[in-house]
Amino acid sequence: MTADVKEAAETAVTDYILAQETKDQLRFLTCGSVDDGKSTLIGRLLFDTKLIFEDQLAALERDSRKHGTVGEDIDLALLVDGLEAEREQGITIDVAYRFFATDKRKFIVADTPGHEQYTRNMATGASTADLAVLLVDARNGLLVQTRRHAFIASLLGIRHVVLAINKIDLVEYSQSRFDEIRKEFEVFANGFDFETLQAIPMSARFGDNVTARGQHMDWYSGPTLLEHLETVEVGEHALEAPFRFPVQWVNRPNLDFRGYSGTIASGRVSVGDELVVAGPAKMSRVKNIIGAGGEVPEAAAGEAVTITLEDEIDISRGDLLSTTAHRPDVADQFAAHVIWMSDEPLLPGRPYLLKIGTRTVTATVSEIKHKINVNTFEHVAGKTLELNEIAFCNFALSSAVPFDPYEANRSTGSFILIDRMSNATVGAGMIWFALRRASNIHWQALDVDKGARSEKLGQKPAVLWFTGLSGSGKSTIASIVEKKLHIDGRHTYTLDGDNVRHGLNKDLGFTDADRVENIRRVGEVARLFTDAGLITLVSFISPFQSERQLARDLMGEGEFIEVFVDTPIEICRQRDPKGLYAKADRGEIKNFTGIDSPYEAPQTPEVHLKNVDREPEDIAEEVIAYLRERGFLGS
Amino acid sequence: MNMQSHGITPERLSNLKRLEAESIHIIREVAAEFSNPVMLYSIGKDSGVMLHLAMKAFYPSKPPFPLLHVDTTWKFREMIQFRDDTAKRLGLDLLIYTNPEGLQKNINPFDHGSSVHTHIMKTEALKQALDKYGFDAAFGGARRDEEKSRAKERMFSFRNASHGWDPKNQRPELWNLYNARVAKGESIRAFPLSNWTELDIWQYILTENIPMVPLYLAAKRPVVERDGMLIMVDDDRMKLNPGEIIQEKKVRFRTLGCYPLTGAIESDADTLPAIVREMLIARTSERQGRLIDKDESASMEKKKREGYF
Ligand SMILES: Nc1nc2c(ncn2[C@@H]2O[C@H](COP(=O)(O)OP(=O)(O)OP(=O)(O)O)[C@@H](O)[C@H]2O)c(=O)[nH]1
Ligand SMILES: [Mg+2]
Repeated sequence: MTADVKEAAETAVTDYILAQETKDQLRFLTCGSVDDGKSTLIGRLLFDTKLIFEDQLAALERDSRKHGTVGEDIDLALLVDGLEAEREQGITIDVAYRFFATDKRKFIVADTPGHEQYTRNMATGASTADLAVLLVDARNGLLVQTRRHAFIASLLGIRHVVLAINKIDLVEYSQSRFDEIRKEFEVFANGFDFETLQAIPMSARFGDNVTARGQHMDWYSGPTLLEHLETVEVGEHALEAPFRFPVQWVNRPNLDFRGYSGTIASGRVSVGDELVVAGPAKMSRVKNIIGAGGEVPEAAAGEAVTITLEDEIDISRGDLLSTTAHRPDVADQFAAHVIWMSDEPLLPGRPYLLKIGTRTVTATVSEIKHKINVNTFEHVAGKTLELNEIAFCNFALSSAVPFDPYEANRSTGSFILIDRMSNATVGAGMIWFALRRASNIHWQALDVDKGARSEKLGQKPAVLWFTGLSGSGKSTIASIVEKKLHIDGRHTYTLDGDNVRHGLNKDLGFTDADRVENIRRVGEVARLFTDAGLITLVSFISPFQSERQLARDLMGEGEFIEVFVDTPIEICRQRDPKGLYAKADRGEIKNFTGIDSPYEAPQTPEVHLKNVDREPEDIAEEVIAYLRERGFLGS
Repeated sequence: MNMQSHGITPERLSNLKRLEAESIHIIREVAAEFSNPVMLYSIGKDSGVMLHLAMKAFYPSKPPFPLLHVDTTWKFREMIQFRDDTAKRLGLDLLIYTNPEGLQKNINPFDHGSSVHTHIMKTEALKQALDKYGFDAAFGGARRDEEKSRAKERMFSFRNASHGWDPKNQRPELWNLYNARVAKGESIRAFPLSNWTELDIWQYILTENIPMVPLYLAAKRPVVERDGMLIMVDDDRMKLNPGEIIQEKKVRFRTLGCYPLTGAIESDADTLPAIVREMLIARTSERQGRLIDKDESASMEKKKREGYF
């Protein structure tokens, strides 16, 4: 190459690259029932857009001989099913993200699994997509899983759908079969308000109507899949919504600079705009905006920026900045759709962590309003929520958070639920509306309050929460502690598991959901007694860490004293004061703690009582000593 | 950009801008949620882009975490030079870690082979370094388009207390809400560049003018042909096999790693635009130049389950 030619070529490439700068990006997913050809379709798209390199093609040929599902041919699904287990079983287990580009757009595809067991991975892929390609095997038509995926896509706010009626080669490229399925889907999806719905007959395996037309379907005059993907106008709703900015990080390099870093969730912002912190309603004006490329006069949804304000106001991570004209809701109760993603069922009343935007709070489901049958959309009653079920629930949060309905704003209306023990992500939620009930009940600020009452009683109120196996000696020890306190002139009350079950909680059984409710009620009663200034002794097996945490969260700082009565199960069994272990061993009692239901020992109890070869009197004295040391017993 | 005020439909962010914003969001989220994060810096183009994004994410502050380079002692000399210059230029904390037992036993790619060398000097060394400093999150510059098991990985990839990845049981990851909760000893590998392709990386390097190790550009370099690859003779620890001769060839590298394990390609591309041009017409993937991936077809997944990045 001469120097001139080389230089010209380089300028051309530079121009080409700079032109790419303005290229648009479309994120989509493939979904639908097992084996309908989702992975094969992505493989086909990659293959036809020449994104498969020679060495990868050679590997594909080797893999196809080993794991292929299509005889002698290359199995395009193997380009996408990248995990060993997937290749061995010939199915997709988790989402694969793949990339290809044409002159018009860059595409990020999420190939999701069809198996019901892995629905959460489908939801993962769908949550960031602009468009869904829903595959149907032309031989089978719409299946339960097709409907479930369509429903989840719609629930997650996907407004553009391609109905890919695949394996058309196996029904002789039949137009009537295509029309039949298309019509059935249109009726089914009528309530989903998809903005675009494009049905395309195709063969992922042989390539018809994927990137090229093929010769078998003269009757079809619509676009190929790729033509449609390149041109479909998906808009950007986030740009049209009011300005929302969840503060991610406070940028404080020195005393002269205080900026708030984050990603603009929706709308746009300019220097000089008046902003408000949702909740405390503090206001200020935008002084500077630092974008990824330096200072800018304005910025819009999707951009990661740092904003400085005219006034020094107290703002931290988790706060939401918005325009003063259109403010978000702020509430500690709301109604939301939930997709449950854990093998452990969702139990109303059990506390979970809820992450919304950049804020994390504790939340419980106060009520499952109804579950949704994904096939018929019927509302079904339910006390718990199992893996992959979808329900409409009321939530109660530990503190008020700012949000918008999901329909109006995908960023500020979505949340995830995290299990506090396993740290797993167990659910995904989409908010519908705030529940106003809570905000109407304002607590009466009485002059006679907890402080006044406890002062009068000469003690600091507390809850002594005795936990341990059945027969560990909880009640015996608790009753000695109470006697000692009484003699000492203290005001006390005892709530005992067995007694409460005869009255307050007699409507509850022993299912997990009922156990949670049992604890919740006892916790609430204990809280009221604490408010009355009493030292309350609760003696409850309370086997689950999370339920004890729930009770702890109800009390004031330092008021909850977890007393772990630690007696080895062999000793409890020997004692068996109520003959319960014997019964459980005979299978007459189900869900018996220590036998067929776990006991989660406290990790860091305030008081740890080792109950082996010791007198209950001595042990009780340990509890009294703790109370005295911590100043609960006054002077 | 202010389309709305001119009455035009608002425009979506371009591809690169969207990728850039997504990466910055992830980098900030890690910094905000974890108590002791670290950024793995492997000196290559992806690390370079990731570091550039981290500088932007916290500007005018410095990134609130150190860089960590796991040094196998077999990197190209130019890489080491570039690494030290970069840390100095940006004023960042750079931690360098080498597996002490590996060093003592003189584990090397020539005598022990690529897989033993990589396992001890990279995977094991990385785990030791993470344990030593007690990092609860580590950024990596890996991209999903590099390899088929990488295509399956989350942005926040959970690792158990022994650094293992369980690909069949990953946490769901919805919207841009990342779950950063880990118990003591467990950690998260964060991949801010997950959605970038090799072409995106080069386009970004070009538009942002990000400094890169010169080895990416073609130049005359001493190489020998071995196992069908061109290996550069970077220092005198490389012994020639019978019949091998050192030749001066105009070559460059598509990825950078340990010099005895990284194949060069013959090329005239000595400027960035020329590289991109070659890439647009390339017929092989970038990982082809790496010996370590060839050992077995599912090797990357296996290594990742053992704690590799
Ligand atoms: N004849 C024919 N076979 C197809 C077509 N598309 C896919 N197949 C075959 O259907 C089988 C399943 O294809 P996959 O692509 O693995 O299906 P999938 O939808 O990804 O399956 P999961 O991800 O496990 O739900 C494979 O053997 C494919 O070769 C098609 O258009 N025509
Ligand atoms: Mg599949």
